[in-house]
Amino acid sequence: MKNIWNIAKKEIKTYFTSPIAYVIIAVFLVLVGFFFSSALSWFNSQAIQMAQNPYYAQQMNINQMVYTPLFHNMSIILLLMLPLLTMRLFSEEKKTGTDELLFTSPVSVGQIILGKYLAALVVLVAMLALTGLLSVFSFAFGNPEFPQILNGYLGLLLMGAAFIAAGVFFSSLTENQIVSAILTFGALLLFWILNWAAYSASGMWKDVLNYLSIFQHFDDMTRGILDTKDVVYYASFAFFGLFLTHSVIQSRRWR
Amino acid sequence: MIEVEHLTKKYGDLVAVRDLSFKVAKGKIWGLLGPNAAGKTTTMRVLTGYLPATEGKATVAGFDVFAQPNEAKKVIGYLPEVVPLYPEMTVSDYLSFVAALKQVPAAKRKPALDRAIQVSGLASVKNRLIKNISRGYKQRVGIAQSLIHNPDVLILDEPTIGLDPAQIIEIREMIKGLRGEHTIILSTHILAEVTQTCDGVVIINEGRLMASGSLEELTASFREKDRVILRLRRGHEDALSALKNLPGVEKVSRHDGEMTVEWNPGKDLRESVSRLVVEKDWGLLEMRTAAMNIEDLYLRVVSGGGEQ
Repeated sequence: MKNIWNIAKKEIKTYFTSPIAYVIIAVFLVLVGFFFSSALSWFNSQAIQMAQNPYYAQQMNINQMVYTPLFHNMSIILLLMLPLLTMRLFSEEKKTGTDELLFTSPVSVGQIILGKYLAALVVLVAMLALTGLLSVFSFAFGNPEFPQILNGYLGLLLMGAAFIAAGVFFSSLTENQIVSAILTFGALLLFWILNWAAYSASGMWKDVLNYLSIFQHFDDMTRGILDTKDVVYYASFAFFGLFLTHSVIQSRRWR
Repeated sequence: MIEVEHLTKKYGDLVAVRDLSFKVAKGKIWGLLGPNAAGKTTTMRVLTGYLPATEGKATVAGFDVFAQPNEAKKVIGYLPEVVPLYPEMTVSDYLSFVAALKQVPAAKRKPALDRAIQVSGLASVKNRLIKNISRGYKQRVGIAQSLIHNPDVLILDEPTIGLDPAQIIEIREMIKGLRGEHTIILSTHILAEVTQTCDGVVIINEGRLMASGSLEELTASFREKDRVILRLRRGHEDALSALKNLPGVEKVSRHDGEMTVEWNPGKDLRESVSRLVVEKDWGLLEMRTAAMNIEDLYLRVVSGGGEQ
């Protein structure tokens, strides 16, 4: 555990002593802020119109009208940005030869992978936590349902954790960071849109494609549904990504 | 301290190291010599646990590097050919990270850091970012990271490559200063480095062991003829024929005012040569034995002198 933390600490330091983490967090916050304020102003204008009709006014729901679309937008921004966060994790070590230091130290390959994974996860948590400030406004001037928002954030965290595992894996495949980012993005996008293929599929295939789709599991969570099936999906996605990374690194050394 | 037995490493069909065996005694500095692509770096990578061997065994400080990799890694300090540095870190942050990675207990990290900085002469740059320091300092940081956990064994891959002459001398002196406390293997292209810093050499070519032993043993075993070189004031023609007739002498040659007298190893003709020269009064200005130098040894071994 100590070894994992030592590696994670160094990676976190690298993220925050270079512009990487700041740029990613700042751009993420600007975009999320923009989507949030647009959704909120639209919600406000709707609310003013609906205020004249008590029946419709009761139908106004900030969670459904602001938060659900916001979470969807955030998930797409994460899909675009997380590959950029993870692309350097192994690629850069391999390119600069620093992997030789890591692999000749008394730490296991698994500990190195988990350390790096944990560091990217910390940046993701910082990204998500800072967007929580936006909700201060909605709680100050409205009454959104807190558990539902929390569930949405849990969905983003789980999905982000799965994205990062995929990023770590593709980063271990190549010493070129751009290749690593593109492969991660391509693979994640493919998993995202698998449910499109499910529309035209039938029988067992329809279920399989729907189950494999990243989006399908996330959609439930933004609506406040917490299903262990979704949690298990993201956890296995992340585990599988990290397991493949371990296999790639080990097999490369034995080749 | 270091034992390599029948080590073979293949990359697919390419055999990088073939049935290599050698030993290095505790506290000694040994040079790993060989032309480019001889298998020096591969041998070092296998010894440090970066690469697994295809066959054979390697033991460092009593630990099998394949069966007990973590124990072996704890007692090895390694400077790879490309110094593994993180440019965005400061020198002391980097060394602290390596200390943690090498499992130096938290309470001992500060003294370990101070010692590595002092031994490597990094005090003046310890708070600077690695990307901003000179090449020579980067190399020293590389050596400092290999020393940080005070390992019994140091494996240094081309420690002086790319440095200017003054820096080369400094690094060499630093390595010499580590003798005794640490057992060191260093690879190099510079033959003078071997004579100046090493107690013995392992010469490999195309992955095969060509020779290993102390420099004295090797020069003795690879020497084909014993030679003395004479510088005379007069009587060169007489000397040429008289020396040739001296019992045991194989060959006498003259070149640039110097005469070389050769005989087969095993006897010592120096006394009879000097007596003859003095008796004949040829005006002896200089007489010296022509020792086999490392260049001769290396060329003879690498060009196919066989295994010793």
